[in-house]
Amino acid sequence: MKHLLSIDDLSTDEVQQLFETAADMHDVQRREVKKLPALRGRTVVNMFFEDSTRTRSSFEIAGKWLSADVINISAKGSSTSKGESLRDTVLTVCAMGVDGLVIRHPASGAAVQVSEWVDAAVVNAGDGTHEHPTQALLDAYTLQRHLGSLEGRHVAIIGDLTHSRVFRSNVQCLTKLGARVTVVAPPTLMPSGIGAWSAAAGFETSYDIDAVLPEADAVMMLRVQRERMSGAFFPSAREYTVGYGLTRNRLALLKPDVPICHPGPMNRGLEIAADAADAAQSVVLEQVSSGLAIRMAVLYHLLAGEEA
Amino acid sequence: MALVITGASLLGETTADLYVDDAGMLVDEQPAGAETIDADGLVALPGLVDLHTHLREPGREDAETILTGSQAAAIGGYTAVLAMANTTPVTDTAESATRVWELGREAGLVDVQPVGAVTRGLGGEELAELGLMNRSRAGVTVFSDDGKCVHDARVMRRALEYVKAFGGVVSQHAQDPTLAGSSACCHEGELSGRLGLPGWPGIAEEVIVARDVMLARHTGSRVHVAHVSTAGSVEVVRWAKAQGIDVTAEVTPHHLLLTTDLLTGYDPTFKVNPPLRPQEDVDAVRAALADGTIDAVATDHAPHARHDKEHAFVDAAFGMLGLETALGVVRTVMDDFTWADIARVMSVNPARIAGLGSQGQALAPGSPAHVVLVDPDATTTVDRDASASLSRNNPWHGRSLTSRVVHTVYGGRVTVRDGALA
Amino acid sequence: MPAPEEALPESTSDRADRTVLDARDISRALTRISHELLERNKGATDLVLLGLHTRGVPLARRIAEKIAAVEGAPVAVGELDVTMYRDDLRSQPTRRAHKTALPPGGIDKKVVVLVDDVLFSGRTIRAALDALADLGRPSAVRLAVLVDRGHRELPIRADHVGKNLPSALAERVSVRLSEVDGSDEVTIS
Repeated sequence: MKHLLSIDDLSTDEVQQLFETAADMHDVQRREVKKLPALRGRTVVNMFFEDSTRTRSSFEIAGKWLSADVINISAKGSSTSKGESLRDTVLTVCAMGVDGLVIRHPASGAAVQVSEWVDAAVVNAGDGTHEHPTQALLDAYTLQRHLGSLEGRHVAIIGDLTHSRVFRSNVQCLTKLGARVTVVAPPTLMPSGIGAWSAAAGFETSYDIDAVLPEADAVMMLRVQRERMSGAFFPSAREYTVGYGLTRNRLALLKPDVPICHPGPMNRGLEIAADAADAAQSVVLEQVSSGLAIRMAVLYHLLAGEEA
Repeated sequence: MALVITGASLLGETTADLYVDDAGMLVDEQPAGAETIDADGLVALPGLVDLHTHLREPGREDAETILTGSQAAAIGGYTAVLAMANTTPVTDTAESATRVWELGREAGLVDVQPVGAVTRGLGGEELAELGLMNRSRAGVTVFSDDGKCVHDARVMRRALEYVKAFGGVVSQHAQDPTLAGSSACCHEGELSGRLGLPGWPGIAEEVIVARDVMLARHTGSRVHVAHVSTAGSVEVVRWAKAQGIDVTAEVTPHHLLLTTDLLTGYDPTFKVNPPLRPQEDVDAVRAALADGTIDAVATDHAPHARHDKEHAFVDAAFGMLGLETALGVVRTVMDDFTWADIARVMSVNPARIAGLGSQGQALAPGSPAHVVLVDPDATTTVDRDASASLSRNNPWHGRSLTSRVVHTVYGGRVTVRDGALA
Repeated sequence: MPAPEEALPESTSDRADRTVLDARDISRALTRISHELLERNKGATDLVLLGLHTRGVPLARRIAEKIAAVEGAPVAVGELDVTMYRDDLRSQPTRRAHKTALPPGGIDKKVVVLVDDVLFSGRTIRAALDALADLGRPSAVRLAVLVDRGHRELPIRADHVGKNLPSALAERVSVRLSEVDGSDEVTIS
């Protein structure tokens, strides 16, 4: 495994191996000496062209606990505004002898393109609306810890699918692990061509959240951006909440102990009621510690061994 | 210098010799003191005419100049190109149009016919000085805001009416900006949904084409549709022609063959406006070119400096090179076409649409000697680095194409000899 | 992705496989090691046996059982994975890690006995010492191995050895244990 750009890069076995390594890494979080020497001498650059405190610090800690040298570069607005091409920007950074490049970029496909230009191992930390593979891995890992095997389990993904890289990575990861996935969104927030895509990939679509929730073994709520209202995607926040939000009443529709995930940051009151976010079955905080373990596992598998 | 071209197969039909006098005209008697070109086995066509080229000068001479663009055109067998107006500054005055025309004459390799902007600065609101551009030495008759759509129906109507006075035509880049905005870059469909790329739905083109043919009917004007890319647009144009509406249409070589699947790797080489479409649309535009619904092939040659393409896909510049490969692509793709058909869509019709009286003429005495001699069955593998263009954004790199331009004659002058600039 | 589980090779058909220890020899050696540990440590209090993956783990458990049988009380036993501390990570495809499971009492102020099947270059034990340093502060660390085959590359020695087995570098020493391989024997080929 040279890069992690998309969940598609991983076989089912590789996903399970990452989960096993992540379980070991999870233990490191509880130790007094939170250090493993596995990536000593490796240099990892977090190159974020888009703001993100949470993902970036997760990758930063992951690298440091593995003894790598980690550098954060906030490249927001850099290349396009200064007229430097994206290729020049990343090559300049990697010319310093970088082993691993963790990249987040507002353009879909940016991580794929960058991986063709640089020698370093590239980890996609989120590219536009395309993919966010470590998020999907940590979501599936968290759910697997709660539900046991995901084979045959029904996961509902609800929210703005069109603009969500979390959805795209998750639907691939969950179906790869044998889960049954139903995605729920208003028609304007379903990606184009989803009919053909869902038929080919083996997941279902629905506009009716109330029909799907009672059958779900796990629920994943996606963030909805208020800016979408100006794009005529939906008329108002309250209409969205009534039609597609995980309200307090809808919590009662769920089977007992169904875990609720959210990639964060949450719009409390919009796509998820405060009661749902704070419910005992919410695994939102656990997702954060899982995220750290998964990212340590990913960095270890990409950078510890000899060049793939 | 006079020329004798021996043994050429004229339009692939009859073999004959062609005589060119000192004045650059085809004549019926062998001129004295002539250079001989042996065209045995070669097909002779009237020099190709491109309705849609971007020469980038003034403003982006790092990507292409009128000289280098003319060189690429000549290599591709062209003797005339229409240079689009979206330069920096925009060609929206008589002075700027004349300047482009003069630079074309200085280069002296092809007729560079400037296209004038429809609206001032391509702003879409006020008409540019269409009449003055027409009266200038550049004699502009084709107007286009290409790159952008004349999206305001009222402005489009006025432009269509106004150019009637001097037989002008508006070439519309059909893209409704409210359905496909400036970030739209991938045919809206399953692939764009999966890849997370902003979609460019076919209807954004079709609604404008439909509107414009109705406006043309209402105003009794001529309208030309640039780079038709969808089956729906073809249906509209076909219907409009059946109604007797004066509409003409062009298609690019890339839309005749390349499909949206090429975007899977996010390679900006394949980013173009309008975007590459699925196979159904490719099939429809090919059938339309064959049955005459689409009148011409136009390259939309769009050179870009490397650094403008080496961005994330959504940020990269739109456009592909096309002048040097167009004939090869058409010959390879349109396998039912005779050479006469190819001449019709790549020379005769474009010359007529653009009002270029000296181009696209019969290869017979009395016509100006704009001739391209083609090896009809040679196979060439496209090498993007072996190009007269300053740019390298070539989507055909590594592909095999049938036919090769061997010699190009422009007004009696040999501009390309044995496939290289003379 | 990670290399497959490091399997000790079956001896090849053109090399004679010589049995050095059979099942009873192994049992006697482990019994002797158990008694040595108890003698040296003056009992089993504060003793923690940590087996090194893979075959050190069942060996540690067997020693713990034997000690418990003598002392009449259970002995703390755990597993130690040293993958992350190896000095040869960079030269191989990424290795899969195993579990590190310390017994409930931890290792601080305990006498930790590392248990492994074969002592060879000593690099695994060096990695184990580094791993222990990040996990706590034992009062002492000892090493018990079933086989010492020589050819040390680092200044490391075992405190308790089942069998000294001088060997040529080209020879392969294979340890099979019923918990892992289905039978008990040590062969050289």
